[in-house]
Amino acid sequence: MTLTEAQVERYSRHILLQDVGGEGQEKILNAKVLVIGAGGLGSPIALYLAAAGVGTIGIIDGDVVDVSNLQRQVIHFTPDVGVPKVESAKNKIQEINPDVNVVTYQDIVHSKNILDVIKDYDFVVDGTDNFAAKFLINDACVIAGKPYSHGGILRFDGQTMTHVPGEACYRCVFKQPPPANAVPTCSQAGVLGAVAGMLGTIQAAEVLKYIIGVGDLLVNRLLIFDAKSMKFRTSNFKKNPNCPVCGENPTVTELVDGEQAVCDLKV
Amino acid sequence: MKIKMNGEEKNLSQATLSVSELLVAEDVKMPEMVSVELNGEILDRDAFDSTTVKEGDAVEFLYFMGGGSE
Repeated sequence: MTLTEAQVERYSRHILLQDVGGEGQEKILNAKVLVIGAGGLGSPIALYLAAAGVGTIGIIDGDVVDVSNLQRQVIHFTPDVGVPKVESAKNKIQEINPDVNVVTYQDIVHSKNILDVIKDYDFVVDGTDNFAAKFLINDACVIAGKPYSHGGILRFDGQTMTHVPGEACYRCVFKQPPPANAVPTCSQAGVLGAVAGMLGTIQAAEVLKYIIGVGDLLVNRLLIFDAKSMKFRTSNFKKNPNCPVCGENPTVTELVDGEQAVCDLKV
Repeated sequence: MKIKMNGEEKNLSQATLSVSELLVAEDVKMPEMVSVELNGEILDRDAFDSTTVKEGDAVEFLYFMGGGSE
């Protein structure tokens, strides 16, 4: 594909970058990215991927917009309360950038649908709010050989890592979901809205880097930040040979639906 | 002993201690919410009692973080 004159103008600040150029922008326009969850993380992720011109953005979320979402879920506006999140997100994406083809799934990911949903995409982004989904996304992406970005936020903290096939996965670090009673209730814990934006934009940058093939991804390392002290660090690790899904003797060979230890940030 | 704890130097009064003891010493209230990395290797949870932290080791406590969508 060749960039039109309008596209050259729209994406000029990308094209100016030596690491992107017209060729990189074409890769972005041809890319297909699935965003799982149109919430605190999914909002900035989808907005930046849309503005960047990612050709196809899939969004899966089963919720409708709630007034308590608006403090951080910046893709949804006050008049969207009560509207399915995927609808609300789709409308904003199309207003930002008509180049983008948006595919919506008003559903949650579960063991029966996830492989089918992710198969059409080049990259998957986890913006979910519960460990059952996070482990399911990891396992599905490892099994299907899909690269993906993990993201989690809580209070003032955020963490993210990028998995590419053959390298460490989320289970290499976090072997199994925490016991449900150990999960701090996020309804009590809360989250600073801007922290969702900080982490989501890091995830979006990872997606774009992956697509254009530039720089060092957060592969085999976990980026952790605390917005209170505004300290960032990365913890390096290796692929874990005892990992239950990508290790030498995997015990997770098929997908199962875990207990929904929901970290409910809504209330 | 001196260890590197979450990227920062830390002085501990003990000469050596197990990972389980370190979690207690560091006042980790919910150890089941933490993955422990010792010198770049993620430890199995059932090895916390038998694994010793020594002078110069690099230890990372990596916490589960669940939020995002809701």
